[in-house]
Amino acid sequence: MSAVHPMLRAKRRREALRILAFMSPWLIGFSVFFAYPLVSTVYFSFMKYDGFAAPTWNGVRNWSYVFNDYPFFWPALRNTLWLVVVMVSLRVVFGLGIGLLITKIKTGAGLFRTAFYLPYLAPPVAATMAFAFLLNPGTGPVNHLLGKAGLPTPGWFNDPTWSKPALTLLALWGIGDLMVIFMAALLDVPKEQYEAAELDGAGPWARFRYVTLPNISPILMFAVVTGVIQTMQYYTQPLVAGKVASGVIGGSGQQFEPGYPEKSTLTLPQLVYNLGFQRFDTGSACVIALVLFALAMAFTALLMRRRSGFLTAED
Amino acid sequence: MSGSTKTAAAAVAAAAAITLLTSACTGSANNTAGDDPSKDVTITFWHGWSAPSEVKAIDANVKAFEKAHPNIHVKVQGNITDDKINQALRAGGPNAPDVVSSFTTDNVGKFCSSNAFADLDPFLKKAGIDPAATFPKPMLEYTQFEGKRCTLPLLGDAYGLYYNKDAFKAAGIASPPKTLSEFKADAVKLTKSKGDSYSQLGFMPNFHGYESTTTHLAAQWGAKYFDADGTSNVAKDPGFAAMFTWQQDMVKALGGFKKLEKYRSGFGDEWGAKNPFHTGQVAMAIDGEWRAGMAKEAGTKFEIGVAPFPVPDDQADTYGKGYLSGTIIGVANTSAKKNAAWELVKYMATDTDAVVAFSNAIHNVPSTLAALKSPDLDADPLFRTFVEIAQNPNSTTTPASVNGGTYQLTLQDFGYAYEAGKQSDLAAGLKGVDEQVDKDIAQAR
Repeated sequence: MSAVHPMLRAKRRREALRILAFMSPWLIGFSVFFAYPLVSTVYFSFMKYDGFAAPTWNGVRNWSYVFNDYPFFWPALRNTLWLVVVMVSLRVVFGLGIGLLITKIKTGAGLFRTAFYLPYLAPPVAATMAFAFLLNPGTGPVNHLLGKAGLPTPGWFNDPTWSKPALTLLALWGIGDLMVIFMAALLDVPKEQYEAAELDGAGPWARFRYVTLPNISPILMFAVVTGVIQTMQYYTQPLVAGKVASGVIGGSGQQFEPGYPEKSTLTLPQLVYNLGFQRFDTGSACVIALVLFALAMAFTALLMRRRSGFLTAED
Repeated sequence: MSGSTKTAAAAVAAAAAITLLTSACTGSANNTAGDDPSKDVTITFWHGWSAPSEVKAIDANVKAFEKAHPNIHVKVQGNITDDKINQALRAGGPNAPDVVSSFTTDNVGKFCSSNAFADLDPFLKKAGIDPAATFPKPMLEYTQFEGKRCTLPLLGDAYGLYYNKDAFKAAGIASPPKTLSEFKADAVKLTKSKGDSYSQLGFMPNFHGYESTTTHLAAQWGAKYFDADGTSNVAKDPGFAAMFTWQQDMVKALGGFKKLEKYRSGFGDEWGAKNPFHTGQVAMAIDGEWRAGMAKEAGTKFEIGVAPFPVPDDQADTYGKGYLSGTIIGVANTSAKKNAAWELVKYMATDTDAVVAFSNAIHNVPSTLAALKSPDLDADPLFRTFVEIAQNPNSTTTPASVNGGTYQLTLQDFGYAYEAGKQSDLAAGLKGVDEQVDKDIAQAR
């Protein structure tokens, strides 16, 4: 084996250090804000830790408790998966639909754009409270109108069957973010491709299917993946809706179990708070956080695999 | 060192580093109290009150303390949430509080068992204070955990019956009910149906009906949540089954769960002017002593009456009792000025004049036996009713538990399922509550 010349070795070391220096902002950020919290979460999931006394080894008890004995885990998981499948799909379809509509409108597009985008800017707590008021089964204007029209009047946030559809309505109302992204993607589709398709006799559906969709597929994938991740972190809206509808706002010092009605608005992030901060069980809260992480990874991997990532048809 | 050994060493070092880092996050328990409270010192006091009148009252109390202890200066921080308190108790350090007051009595079990709050027994002994002779029994109960007293009560809350005197008069009811059968008859008399709803409901028995919770109602049966060995006692204590049976009976008598639930969904905010008792939507309600003041502020148009909440017919001799809870105060275990901090806790929680002044100012029930009997206490008859409930020897509270109020929420959750007809077997349901509570406590220990 031939020895490396000391000068060459020094040059390589300098090179490596330079690369490391350039990478250091990212490395520090990644280590502090991702790697360390992730490793800590795994560590604490096997520890007994109440946030006050030093953590002690707890084996797999936290995991066993969450999966076997914690009555909120499975309903919350089911709800989260429901929201991921139904709410994300509807948001993408609705966002794309609105985007298509607005790009086709000849006059007043700016007005519609503003009207559809504005709700997205509403603070989630205020928006949810407004929806809880509008959809109040006893006094809300929506049920009043439905009743007048002779239609059924659902219990919305007060009915376990309707609470998640009501949350989905709220999410569709705030579609502004997706609408803007889809509008940009749709306007970016080369016009000549549509013209060529038209010359080939393609109708509106064929043009959408064979020209629009392949061109916007990376954006579509981006919307689905970010939607899935956001829905995994869905916390504020179901919590506020459940609290307002239940009437148990909780006075000072009263603890509140989320999920009204009948655990139908429970989501996994709410359990992280419930276990970690209300029950002082950091270990079990970390188990839930890891389940969320694994689910987000699994969904993303599945989606990326099925659609070859963010590649367009051209790529 | 071979490559694999180096890797193993690095892994061990990383694990040790992580352990150190995580241990560092837990704060350090400092049980010693070596500071000299006669020296000039500044302590920090955190509390949760935020309304201007409450803040004014607590500031006046602290000023009176500083006047009596000129060498101890108090830095007061109000509107502190439980999350902030927990973080500070974990972290310690110079910016952490020395004295902490919290509304969450349910957390006392965790505060005591984890040593987040200092054990007050040595301080009480040194000061010659006998807790049993100073504080009402239920308040003593919710401020300690398994014999360890890490907090003291700082004013309390008592629950009783609010009733609409005008509605009573219109229905021909001369006086508030004392037993639950009288209560049911009055509630039915006061209920006026309107279409598929009500123009006035006698009482909202559903567990989501604001303060008509399982825990508040179960106190009328004097039900005990735990055995002597700390296991859940819900299925064994006949009080719980009796409470659920009574509630079910009330729901049926007043129109059924669905009709009541639909009516309830139109109620205004519990803490706002549109509380259904203020608006006359319900003629009777179970609530705490604060409701009288809130109803007056809301401009309620009828005359308000208060009385102890009725008791089961077979416990008529215990009429006058109710559910008690309240605010707690303690010394942070991370404090380096525990003796000075104790002086403030002692003053605020045990000084009769201080307790009476604070009670009169914010209309919470006094938390010492002497203050409850003080002639200086506000003579408002509505307030006095709650003072009487607080003194009643049969009044009860919910005991501290190692995982906070989880056992109460488990029972409440069963209550929601039972009243909605999702669970019909009461005995099996209560047994299920016991099993779940025991599992949760085993996990927390």
